[in-house]
Amino acid sequence: MSMIEFKDVEKYYGDFHALKDINLDVEAGETVVLLGPSGSGKSTLIRTVNGLEPVQEGQLIVNGQDLANPQTDMNRTRKNVGMVFQHFNLYANKTVLENIMLAPRLVLKRDEAENKKIAMELLERVGLADKADKMPSTLSGGQQQRIAIARSLAMKPKALLFDEPTSALDPEMVNDVLKIMREIAADSSMTMLVVTHEMGFAKQVADRVIFMADGQILEDSPTEEFFANPKEPRARQFLSQIIH
Amino acid sequence: MLSLFQTHAHDFLTGFGWTIASSVLALIGSLILGTVFALMEVVPNKAANIIGRIYIEVLRNIPLLVITMFFYVVIANVVKISGFAAGTLGLTLYTSAFIAETVRAGINAVPNGQLEGALSNGLSWWQGMRYVVLPQAFKLVIPPLGNQFINLIKNSSVLAFVAGMDLMYQANMISQETFDTFGPFIIVAIFYLILTMPMSYYMRYLENKLNKEG
Ligand SMILES: Nc1ncnc2c1ncn2[C@@H]1O[C@H](COP(=O)(O)OP(=O)(O)O)[C@@H](O)[C@H]1O
Ligand SMILES: [Mg+2]
Repeated sequence: MSMIEFKDVEKYYGDFHALKDINLDVEAGETVVLLGPSGSGKSTLIRTVNGLEPVQEGQLIVNGQDLANPQTDMNRTRKNVGMVFQHFNLYANKTVLENIMLAPRLVLKRDEAENKKIAMELLERVGLADKADKMPSTLSGGQQQRIAIARSLAMKPKALLFDEPTSALDPEMVNDVLKIMREIAADSSMTMLVVTHEMGFAKQVADRVIFMADGQILEDSPTEEFFANPKEPRARQFLSQIIH
Repeated sequence: MLSLFQTHAHDFLTGFGWTIASSVLALIGSLILGTVFALMEVVPNKAANIIGRIYIEVLRNIPLLVITMFFYVVIANVVKISGFAAGTLGLTLYTSAFIAETVRAGINAVPNGQLEGALSNGLSWWQGMRYVVLPQAFKLVIPPLGNQFINLIKNSSVLAFVAGMDLMYQANMISQETFDTFGPFIIVAIFYLILTMPMSYYMRYLENKLNKEG
């Protein structure tokens, strides 16, 4: 079953053609990594999947709803599709625990005791239970990102989107975040779409790799095939630059 | 001057009371209205944006006295309305336009990622505003909001023009009665300072504090 399906999608920022004829099918439970040079449209693509960016043409079916249709209730999709950002975007006015509990309380009407229990379990899982009452700004980038992941998981989403989750982190923090992402990917029911430059992570975790350039998908291959033998010259060039 | 105050203490204090009442009502009203119209300007809905823009531009660019007279003269023809009510309403609407601009600036100063985080987390636009963006926006605009409130207290003297019973109105009355054109105004100036100076100091204190934190 498809979790995310792009059919002939076109996206414009004003006159600028940001996504060109996108066709992409992500099955439920799949982990797909999106690669490509800066400015190729990776963030734009991933942000259309939870309606942060509208698309102008084609169909974009996410969890059964067509986001290309302006009538679609984006909130319903967003309840089921979490997103982790490069710059974390934790609520600056809330404690760590409140960051995690806010959406389940408001959106899912989760019972308060249950909500707190789940939030603490998630903090435990990302190794930050002792930070529950801290404000986000007092934590390191790596810690903030682990909390942002916990916040997304608290909604029990069907799919998670990651837009360069480790790019803003100090090198020594990167592995803590990748470790949690690996664990999430190991859960066979979770669909993941990940923009990253962490090739080790991509090789190890991705089922498929999508390569983008200039707003187009140039290559869509199984992970091993992509790294062993990229079909596109631009993908080959990109890989050689990243690895060396 | 002390004797003037002693003989007319009751009038001055009555005026002080009405000035405080009008200021507090207008403060609450303009804060609510101002926030509503700030939200109308930023909500993703073109019609609401236009209505918000027109409201703010119109009220910001008409003299307070004209707005107040509109309520006192025009509206009073339709519904019975006291000078105090007309003045306070005029003051509320006029101030709300400035507060709307201030609050909108605060909303725009909160990084976009805050709302995007909330939306991605499943919150509606309204919930994101209510629980995440607005609390941060208000914190950012405490100093300019304080200045708006100080202006509001001073502007409440517009009530004098519509028999609003306030400090300025009392000063006019006492001046006419005693032929003292100086004393009553000095005394009400002191009353205004009693209200505005502590706010002014408090604002400066907050600004310093926020600067140090920031
Ligand atoms: N909000 C926007 N308005 C206009 N152009 C944008 C906007 N966001 C991105 N772009 C443009 O779209 C292109 C793709 O950007 P982006 O999706 O951020 O690429 P990537 O994430 O692959 O670096 C770039 O040329 C960028 O300048
Ligand atoms: Mg990007």
